[in-house]
Amino acid sequence: MTVRLGLPSKGRLQEASVAWLAARGVMVERADEGREYAGRVTGVEGVGLSLLSAAEIPGELAAGRIHLGVTGEDLVQETIPGWATKIDLGQKLGFGHADLVVAVPAVWIDVETLHDLDAAAAAFRRAHGRRLRIATKYHSLARAFLRARGVADYQLVDSQGATEATALHRTAEAIIDITSSGETLRANHLKLLKDGLILASEARLCRSLTAPLSAADEAALAQLRAKLGL
Amino acid sequence: MAARAYLSGGRIGAGLEELSALRARIMARLSEAGAATVEPETLIAADLLLDLYGEDIRARAYILSDPVEGELALRPDFTVPVARIHMAGGATPARYAYEGLVWRRQAPGSTRPTEYLQAGIEMIGGADPAAEDAEVFTLIEAALEGAAVMPITGDLSIIFAAIAALDTIEPRRAALRRHIWRPARFQELLDRYAAPAAPSAERAHLLSQSPAGREAAIRAAGRFVGARAEAEILARLDALAEDAAAPPLSAGQKSTLEAVLAVKGRSDEALKRLEAFGLAPMRPALNAMKRRMEALEARGVDAAALPFDAAFGRGLEYYDGFVFEFRGAKPGLPPLGGGGRYDALTAILGGGGGAPAVGGIVRPEALLASAS
Repeated sequence: MTVRLGLPSKGRLQEASVAWLAARGVMVERADEGREYAGRVTGVEGVGLSLLSAAEIPGELAAGRIHLGVTGEDLVQETIPGWATKIDLGQKLGFGHADLVVAVPAVWIDVETLHDLDAAAAAFRRAHGRRLRIATKYHSLARAFLRARGVADYQLVDSQGATEATALHRTAEAIIDITSSGETLRANHLKLLKDGLILASEARLCRSLTAPLSAADEAALAQLRAKLGL
Repeated sequence: MAARAYLSGGRIGAGLEELSALRARIMARLSEAGAATVEPETLIAADLLLDLYGEDIRARAYILSDPVEGELALRPDFTVPVARIHMAGGATPARYAYEGLVWRRQAPGSTRPTEYLQAGIEMIGGADPAAEDAEVFTLIEAALEGAAVMPITGDLSIIFAAIAALDTIEPRRAALRRHIWRPARFQELLDRYAAPAAPSAERAHLLSQSPAGREAAIRAAGRFVGARAEAEILARLDALAEDAAAPPLSAGQKSTLEAVLAVKGRSDEALKRLEAFGLAPMRPALNAMKRRMEALEARGVDAAALPFDAAFGRGLEYYDGFVFEFRGAKPGLPPLGGGGRYDALTAILGGGGGAPAVGGIVRPEALLASAS
């Protein structure tokens, strides 16, 4: 057995993760100059590398197939029901910042807060005979947030990409999506609600609470964590 | 072997026979009350449930996706499909008995079952609400076959009436009515109306503008995206201005509504306390409560001693009148039976033409488990 470390297989999150580990003396070497999704970890004994799609890492952690993994807090909370019993979110890594927010058309000058959104949704339903549509791919987090805040008369519509453009394309009235700077929202004629921050997410080095550990694994994991300053 | 809800057996052999016999006895009892047996569909068009309950239903029901039929829901209860069958069939007064499985999603870590039996009755279109409320209550109680239970009752029409009695602008009353079933949001609205926060500088400026000024502000804010139109934004600004100009809800009005919601105890004492508020708009609802208590007495129930809680029933969106539950003594079991009145639901399902309706259910597996 080895301790499995899961990293995103490509993109900025991978580059930042590799750099973060390297700064602490844990080197990730990819085979075949990065074209093959395989590689190894050096600088610490008994740790194997799993290169995975960033979206799969929370599931692998929850299932206990990897012991540690770098992923966004937003993905863990969205995709793993009851995540807190399966995954320790662990160290914030200082990159991969993404805020999950509620955004509405900038032209809605009467809507500043969730209270306004709820009132607008009630009137919208009376006027249109259907619920106000909110486009998102974060269905669980969106529903839980709006429910906790007492917003009613809305309907979530699924959007797996270019969510900011759904209002422009008239497939939704509002959106719930991640934003890093707000530029894309403004370019798509949207604005943030004052109290519409659902989650300030960033990359985390998460630890599985379900993955089995042999005595040797325990030692390897302790050594790795010590090296990473966890 | 897969366990049944609340039972260790019940899928084969003696355990199944015992459960089947109980189900048959319940159905026989409901049929004797003049109910026609009805067998609604298991898969319900999700549109219908989403329209009734909103997104919350997705946290409660299993929604399945079919490339041909679109989204379907495994029925989370019988009331909606039974009431729909009734409304489609001409809506003459009728009683229906049913039993079968319902499916509910449960939160992570919950020990509640995702699949369980319900057996119940719906009385739709009746002419005497007090008598029918009492009849459903006693039918469900009888169907529990003497199990040790603690009843609890409530009446949402009393909350509606207490809102009607508030001396404030109608939009505030409408917002409170809309959120009766979301107690935290309801309280937040009440606090907001009693002590309005100062508007933001932008909002204060906006509300000071003439209609032409508001239209100019909308134009300056950007282009229209989504289906919400300029007229809707202007109408909401009018509503905000009306709210800003209205006096705050008085402390006395707010505490009266809170005191109504806090009434709890024996029904006779609860009724006395509710009457003591002396609110004229609550008169009809309290008279109806009194008639219901008389109807319960006529059926042999000690209605005066029946526990009443004015806030009970705020958890399920379609109940809007009398509500009741029978709670067993054994821990880990849900209420063994319960039900209530849902007049407004039939109006929604009937496209405006509604009918008075009351119903109740028993949970046969939980009932059997309570006796073991």
